[in-house]
Amino acid sequence: MSAVLEVIDLSKAFDGVQAVRNVSFSVPAGELIALIGPNGAGKTTCFNLINGQLVPDAGVVRLDGKRIDGLPPRQIAHKGVSRTFQVAATFASMTVRENVELALLAHARRDGVLFERRPAAWHDRADALLARTGIGALANIHCATLAYSDVKRVELALALANEPALLLMDEPTAGMAHSMRSELMRLAVDLARGDRLAVLFTEHDMDVVFGFADRVIVLDRGSIIAEGTPDAVRANAQVQAVYLGPDEGA
Amino acid sequence: MTLASLTIQLLNGLASSSALFLVAAGLTLIFGVTRIVNFAHGSLYMLGAYLAYSIGATFAALLGPGPFAFWGGALLAALCVAAIGALIEALLLKRLYDAPELLQLTATFGVVLIVRDAVLALWGPEDLLGPRAPGLSGTLQILDRAVPQYDLFLIFVGPLVLIALTWLITRTRFGVVVRAASENRTLTSALGIDQGKLYTAVFALGAFLAGLAGALQLPREPANLGMDLATVADAFVVTVVGGLGSIPGAFLAALLIGFAKALCIALGTVTVGDFTFAFPKLTLVAEFVVMAIVLALRPHGLLGTSPAMSPTTPLPEHRAIVVAPTRRDRRVAIAVFVVFALLPFVNDDYALVLAIDVLIATLFAASLQFLTGTGGMTSFGHAAYFGVGSYAAALAIKHGVPFAGALALAPLAAFVAALVFGWFCVRLAGVYLAMLTLAFAQIVWSIAFQWDSVTGGSNGIVGVWPGEWFADRRSFFALTLVTVGVAYAAIVAIANGPFGHALRGARDSPLRAAAIGIDVRNRQWQGFMLAGAFAGVAGALFAFSKGSISPETLAIPRSIDVLVMVLLGGLNALFGPLIGAAAFTWLQDTLARVTEYWRAFVGAGILILVLAFPQGLGALGRRLRRR
Repeated sequence: MSAVLEVIDLSKAFDGVQAVRNVSFSVPAGELIALIGPNGAGKTTCFNLINGQLVPDAGVVRLDGKRIDGLPPRQIAHKGVSRTFQVAATFASMTVRENVELALLAHARRDGVLFERRPAAWHDRADALLARTGIGALANIHCATLAYSDVKRVELALALANEPALLLMDEPTAGMAHSMRSELMRLAVDLARGDRLAVLFTEHDMDVVFGFADRVIVLDRGSIIAEGTPDAVRANAQVQAVYLGPDEGA
Repeated sequence: MTLASLTIQLLNGLASSSALFLVAAGLTLIFGVTRIVNFAHGSLYMLGAYLAYSIGATFAALLGPGPFAFWGGALLAALCVAAIGALIEALLLKRLYDAPELLQLTATFGVVLIVRDAVLALWGPEDLLGPRAPGLSGTLQILDRAVPQYDLFLIFVGPLVLIALTWLITRTRFGVVVRAASENRTLTSALGIDQGKLYTAVFALGAFLAGLAGALQLPREPANLGMDLATVADAFVVTVVGGLGSIPGAFLAALLIGFAKALCIALGTVTVGDFTFAFPKLTLVAEFVVMAIVLALRPHGLLGTSPAMSPTTPLPEHRAIVVAPTRRDRRVAIAVFVVFALLPFVNDDYALVLAIDVLIATLFAASLQFLTGTGGMTSFGHAAYFGVGSYAAALAIKHGVPFAGALALAPLAAFVAALVFGWFCVRLAGVYLAMLTLAFAQIVWSIAFQWDSVTGGSNGIVGVWPGEWFADRRSFFALTLVTVGVAYAAIVAIANGPFGHALRGARDSPLRAAAIGIDVRNRQWQGFMLAGAFAGVAGALFAFSKGSISPETLAIPRSIDVLVMVLLGGLNALFGPLIGAAAFTWLQDTLARVTEYWRAFVGAGILILVLAFPQGLGALGRRLRRR
């Protein structure tokens, strides 16, 4: 199976601190890959390098075989990379439906149109996405007034509006109740298996990681220290030493 | 151009840049610690000059003219300005540190208006030239040219102040605290540093520098009422070019701009083929070119660092939730239109004149509301586009273009101006952007003021009348009403269409907007141009309604007037521009008939509004609705 995302020897330093060092991995369609590691390991930096928010110092990022490193985030989005943020970013002054409508407009490259006669045409498509992410009931609520766990799901709906090939989720379940975490991750699995999306996510909740990831990549101080199936990673002595601790590994 | 004339002009440029550096250093110091861009900094400079004039004259009368009267007067004037600065900080700004940026800026502009009228009341409208500096009143021969000794003295003041400030910041306990507070205010206060005292001290120091600069400038330039805005605009350019918060950056930028201006003067009038360039008239353009080049290469200035992009979506209380217009709103709009349309039948000429003013101000305010409310870009120089529109229409009429053509040319000219200036502005955000809009507006004003042969200079252009169809006031009113009505409806439709939606998205969260594929910078640029074009329409109507225009049409106070209208009506309220424009125009009209000092009243009104509602007027609306 060919990989949707290929990352080769990616490196990035900030003021002399090597945040990401020679990182290589790939994410195939239909799989969920977890990127884990202690705080400051370079997980979010990796995400920012992939979606174009940061320009790598060295290395290559390929999407469906084509290089995307160095492109600005909006172009990478149009090529099929969607992401959610560690601290959720939505349009606070708009309703949930308007948020998704805007993402649909942007995806269709119609966000520069001055006058639109029938904005209702976007309603149905937005509502379908809201139903899919389980927030249909919140369509008319303004994002500024939503609970944080709901904002996270709005982010997911925004990401899906882009019809992505690759979905990057930065701590998708942070701030959510336990039952909601499983619900959200089951949706992610559905998207991977059903829509053949490649999903890369970071997560601090090890139940979520080991319960849902097909493969796990462990970062420490910018470098990959282990990679493999959840069971293999759990058993890895080095991973236990720097991150999981002996209890979690047992 | 000879080597001698170039040298002389460079020395002259260096002398001017010293004063500019002092003002900019104070501005940047205050910003670094308090995060407030002090619009009133030019006013403090002006106060320094006027106070030095009076204190110096008093000393001279009491003790006889001499070094003590001059230098003592200058120093005491600067200290007085420092005290005034401390007072402004303690009484006004202290209450506004948690308020939205826009309100802080507007509040300091309230101070500008009050200081301007206070100076007018105390010293009168005449320019006041101070005495020569005792001991430095002669000249020195350099390359066979006479250079004022005082200029040479000023050249040393800049570096001296730079050294003193650097010592203060890097070597003293006060400096450590200032640096710590600039890095992280929350942490500094958590460490037990008395922020209140620190802020007051820093503000007083910044004010002292501005006051000193004004006082020292007195022998070179008479104290005058235009100093405040001219200086603050120059200082904005210097701080933006140098990098906001960087004192060495301000020094470099002041030198660079001083040199560029000097070079223009030294070049004199150059003839290439059939073209004649009068470079001395292009000094302001030179400033613009320097700024343009620096910002194109280094968007955060020579020594500025780019602020880290916030990963979070800011959810400020004051950012009112936006609701699309409803059917009821449409009915209200039609009712308002009908009421206006009936006005000519009342047969009250004065009401008609006032209504035309209100309508034009409404469109002007609506264009700014689109930029600042929908687009999230604060402009302190929106009058530039209003003015470019009015000048374009007036010039077109004067050159024989028919009325309809002149009216159509106005938005086009304003659009082009916004295209050029907007390109730079959208590369910056927040206060940087606001400072840049003001600097551009000041440049446009200066061009209108200085380019006598085309713009008529300070006299402006007279005899700008609409075609014979609209010569009658009623028919002109009808034209204004229809134009404003259509334009207003278009702005609302755009704000609520896909483009406006994208612009609002870019405002709410540039990070998210880019991540879903929106070209944030381009959308903002386009938004800038649209807002400029609509302001241009308002400007053209203004020119035809008054029959004449002058540089005042696009001066900074007009930019602030329109901002106050938008704030009054609400940044995101559908009828905000209409309500704000009507209230402001009526109030101004009423005050102007009662007192010569109506600007001070407007300034005081701004301060009262801002102090009463530090979270913005939108908060008032929400509080009322909750009841």
